[in-house]
Amino acid sequence: MKEFIAFIKKEFYHIFRDRRTLLVLFGMPLAQLLLFGYAITTEVTNADLAVYNQSSGQFTNQLVDKLVSSDFFNLTENVHSKDEMMDVFRKSKAKIIVVIPPDFEQKFNRREAQIQLIADGSDPNLASILTNSATGIIMTWMKGHAGNAMQIETINNEVRWHYNPELKSVSMFVPGVITIILMLVSAMLSSISITREKELGTIEILYVSPLKPVTIIIGKLVPFIILSIFNAAFILLMAYIIFSVPVNGSIMLLLLESLLFIITALSLGVLISTVSETQQTALMLSLFGLMLPTILLSGFIFPISSMPLPLQIISNVIPAKWFLIIIKDIMLKGVGIMYVWKETLVLVGMTIGLIGLSIKKYNIRLQ
Amino acid sequence: MSDNLAIIATDLTKKFGDFVAVDAITFEVKKGEIFGFLGANGAGKTTAIKMLCGLSRPTSGQAIISGFDIYSQSELIKKNIGYMSQHFSLYQDMTIRENIRFYGGIYGLKSKDIKTRGSKLIQELELEDYADRFVGELPLGWKQKLAFSIAIIHNPGIVFLDEPTSGVDPITRRQFWNMIYKAAARGITVFVTTHYLEEAEYCNRVSIMVDGEMRDFDTPRELMKKYNKPTMNDVFLHMAVRSKRKGD
Repeated sequence: MKEFIAFIKKEFYHIFRDRRTLLVLFGMPLAQLLLFGYAITTEVTNADLAVYNQSSGQFTNQLVDKLVSSDFFNLTENVHSKDEMMDVFRKSKAKIIVVIPPDFEQKFNRREAQIQLIADGSDPNLASILTNSATGIIMTWMKGHAGNAMQIETINNEVRWHYNPELKSVSMFVPGVITIILMLVSAMLSSISITREKELGTIEILYVSPLKPVTIIIGKLVPFIILSIFNAAFILLMAYIIFSVPVNGSIMLLLLESLLFIITALSLGVLISTVSETQQTALMLSLFGLMLPTILLSGFIFPISSMPLPLQIISNVIPAKWFLIIIKDIMLKGVGIMYVWKETLVLVGMTIGLIGLSIKKYNIRLQ
Repeated sequence: MSDNLAIIATDLTKKFGDFVAVDAITFEVKKGEIFGFLGANGAGKTTAIKMLCGLSRPTSGQAIISGFDIYSQSELIKKNIGYMSQHFSLYQDMTIRENIRFYGGIYGLKSKDIKTRGSKLIQELELEDYADRFVGELPLGWKQKLAFSIAIIHNPGIVFLDEPTSGVDPITRRQFWNMIYKAAARGITVFVTTHYLEEAEYCNRVSIMVDGEMRDFDTPRELMKKYNKPTMNDVFLHMAVRSKRKGD
């Protein structure tokens, strides 16, 4: 036990004295959280809007005012001809143009008015969000005016968004950021820490010493388990303070599930270190072998259900996919273990498999 | 009979696929002896030393280290040997004192022993003013002397030194050998590989490995007499050249 403590102490020296490790450990979570929270957001505000109003008069001006006074749009340009319209897009002066025909008011009273929305399709996601928002605003405005002019019978859609009523994208990103950070910190730092000793040759000294190989590996991993759990708690706290993202479920359960996921990631890290001789290889393998699949295939950014079937099948072997389901359910839906035991079981299975594989690979290497 | 023998190796062999890195070497090292293990690069020295330390499993053959079998008693062997590799073996981002505490710790020394042996070690190396400095800041010669002192902090029966003096200036090398003599005087068997053939003459006995085989082993004086050469360097060249011809 004393041998083990001496070893753990040494590991903490390495971690706290290496600026790069510290940066990955503490700088990265904060940077990612702020980046995803503030910059990379799917909410649209202040999109540039141009208007080509061929009709004149109060009536259509009201409609334009209505569009511009919403948070969604900013009027940047009044267009006066078709040529100018294309120019607006080419010069990126607006993302969407509202075209109001000359006889709009007369036709409106005859219930056959048309409005054209032209969006910049070079960013398809944004274009569809903008046209939806504009359509919504126009419909509301129309109902308000149609009231005294005529009766319009329509089905009234009442939409409510459960678990994230304000559709705040940060609520979705916090679980994703935690998933990525835990995967990155645990797998990358542990594999680099092991390969560093290989590169320096100090690992031979450890193997010659009475320390058992399994003690060495566990000693390498324990500091990262502790730091990663702190990291998860730190991200949750930051998310709560900065973006007021709450944890609706049990924090204890969340941390326990995180611990499980950390161990999964660490066993991946050990596996990486058995196949890489240098820190650089370990870094590359963790970045391209783990980070990219974790970000792209876990359902963090792209919904798994809209992926082609082969990718959907592949996504099942990505541990992050399962953890993301668990953490989202606990954080946003506030459910307990009864609702996430299947996903938990998948993670446990993966972890046991990975540990087995790592031990096997590791023993082969020792000979 | 084996009471005064530190190492007994019999037909020790290591193969990597078809390549025979170490070919059935047989030798004995007496307790308290300074045993020089010579050979050109790629002759199989490092592989042999790794097998003796338990870093690498032999393909065949036997070896008894400090009375323990390398196959079944490797745990006991590990407690009884020290090892200094050709790579620098201390942690550069830790201070001298932290390194001492770490190595003392993983060999299971008591905190009290670590403290007393550590300060004695620092005193002997005249490093008192540097004890809390990072090892990375020390000149190479000092590092090597420190690494050697730490490798024997747990008073092992045998210490294996794999090219401990490579890249070190002649004065420091001389000081390093004085430390080796002192260790041997304490009863520690020293098993040392080296490139510097004048160092071979400091050893009690030397062995010469060529192409994975142990060609000869005896005292330096006997070897020089046998091959009728004035220095160990000439003896070594004579044997290495012979091996090359054979390889043609």
